[in-house]
Amino acid sequence: MSNAQIEIQLIASLVAIACAIPGTFLILRKMAMISDAISHSILPGIVIGFFITQDLNSPLLILLAALTGIITVVLVERIQRTGLVKEDTAIGLVFPVLFSIGVIMIAKNANDVHLDVDAVLLGELAFAPFDRLLVGGVDVGPKSLWVIGSILMVTVGLLFAFFKELKVSTFDAGLSASLGFSPVVIHYGLMTVSSVTTVGAFDAVGAILVVALMIAPAASAYLLTTDLKKMLLLSIGFGVFSAISGYWFAHWLDASIAGSITTMLGLLFLVVYLFAPTKGLIAVFYREKQQRIEVSLLTFLLHLKNHNEEVERHVNHLREHINWQKVRAKTVLELALKNNMIVIDEDIVSLTKKGNAFTSKAIDYIITNEDSQIEDMKDDFFLFRG
Amino acid sequence: MSKNIAVKVDDLTVAYNYKPVLWDIDLEIPEGVLMAIVGPNGAGKSTLIKSILGILKPIAGSVSIYGKPYEKQRSMVAYVPQKGSVDWDFPTTALDVVMMGTYGSLGWIRRPKQKEKKLALEALEKVGMLAFKGRQISQLSGGQQQRIFLARALVQNASIYFMDEPFQGVDATTEIAIINILKELRKAGKTVIVVHHDLQTVPEYFDWVTFLNVKKIATGPVKDIFNDDNLTKTYGINYKVSIQE
Repeated sequence: MSNAQIEIQLIASLVAIACAIPGTFLILRKMAMISDAISHSILPGIVIGFFITQDLNSPLLILLAALTGIITVVLVERIQRTGLVKEDTAIGLVFPVLFSIGVIMIAKNANDVHLDVDAVLLGELAFAPFDRLLVGGVDVGPKSLWVIGSILMVTVGLLFAFFKELKVSTFDAGLSASLGFSPVVIHYGLMTVSSVTTVGAFDAVGAILVVALMIAPAASAYLLTTDLKKMLLLSIGFGVFSAISGYWFAHWLDASIAGSITTMLGLLFLVVYLFAPTKGLIAVFYREKQQRIEVSLLTFLLHLKNHNEEVERHVNHLREHINWQKVRAKTVLELALKNNMIVIDEDIVSLTKKGNAFTSKAIDYIITNEDSQIEDMKDDFFLFRG
Repeated sequence: MSKNIAVKVDDLTVAYNYKPVLWDIDLEIPEGVLMAIVGPNGAGKSTLIKSILGILKPIAGSVSIYGKPYEKQRSMVAYVPQKGSVDWDFPTTALDVVMMGTYGSLGWIRRPKQKEKKLALEALEKVGMLAFKGRQISQLSGGQQQRIFLARALVQNASIYFMDEPFQGVDATTEIAIINILKELRKAGKTVIVVHHDLQTVPEYFDWVTFLNVKKIATGPVKDIFNDDNLTKTYGINYKVSIQE
């Protein structure tokens, strides 16, 4: 690997980490779309800053762009508060307007400089290593590495300092306010961090990838864990993984790095969405099937408990009476047998002691409205699940 | 009965989009009562609590907790919001939610330590939820979630407890468990204020009641003012409940 290659991967990874942290909280606050709005509407801020400084990595430019980001959030909230339109409509109204102002300003004034719409949308990660930071004539590395590195350090510092405040205000704004942690202050703090991160990442990866890096890793992590700290760590891990694998994918295809990283993020989410152990599509499908059969089993056992007369407990009669198709009746019967819940004697089905105990307990739970306990009880009784 | 006044509300008016939801409320809640706030939907019951707690800003009037503004008395007050006001899919455990009750005394930046964890575990035990401490909160039943919220308030070890419909969507067992804890709090000299829906249980559960419908209709001891007259004034129709003797 050449130095430039290492530097590109390092920049991409730092950007991914810096995005994953605010992204996790945006997802939990159901504000994913606001990152899309910010990433587009900071354009006029960037353009104005660029006209003044002629430097894409100037702190002033970052400041101006972050300010436009905050203005976006305020405008969206203002429009939404009129009660005339919903939040998504307000977002859809605000950011194209601000973005188009930026586009017009570029077209009118910046035709001959290094700032065009393509670069804004997709970034120029491949060129990042060419723009060096010189301190006293000494080359200390690519400028964007320093920019995103500084932003990341501030973000991580804020996260460590205010983790508890972020958590409580995200989970329960009412409690947070009553405890004295103003949700408004925390909200705008998070919005500022998101804006600054977006600007810092913008030059390297462009407006579209910034959104992908904020949302996709956090959304994937959300499907895998029920612990906020683990969700943050997983988001960071997914972000870095996509950044590096995306880089090599682009290298192999000789294609856009930003595009390849985004593709990796998409693929990663797809895999998690399908295979996540409890929330994944396949797990949900399997669990629903299992529950369907186990509910049938319980219905069947209740029927046996309610009827002592042999005619009601005949194998064939059951099939007709409970109105199940052959396959389902057979599955349920076999499951009950495997779990020693029933015995079949000359085609007459009876509950075993264990089957009887299970059914009585289930009835208790059902009439006291504690249905959720039945799931726990199954672990004690079932040798085989449906 | 010369008791301290725990909560005093003066001329409180709150409006959403210029439409008043609470109109010129004066209210004194004596220390040590277990009080129900009753009134029809949209009467401003939750709004009243939220305004006392500074979550909503009134357009007029003032609130004091033991004679001082709420901002100075936060540590004396615990709040249980409506269960539906939070996202129960949030990635966190029952214990962690209860720990949030300790955040107020910690203040900004400081983190909960062993001491806070111990307090949270004790509160979980008090509401009979210790066995579920590691459970993700979406895996709890409605009644269990409400108990977690109650435990979170208990951890705050406050003098005044505000609860927004703690009995909503809970089973009978949980309702009894919750009311027993509230009665214990009162016995310990705490003041408990509950937004309540079920008029039938008011005389059995509470000793103090406030009737509210945008304006304050009446407030006082249940045995004196919980009658058909006030109910009719509050609910607008000819309301009758049979009060058990």
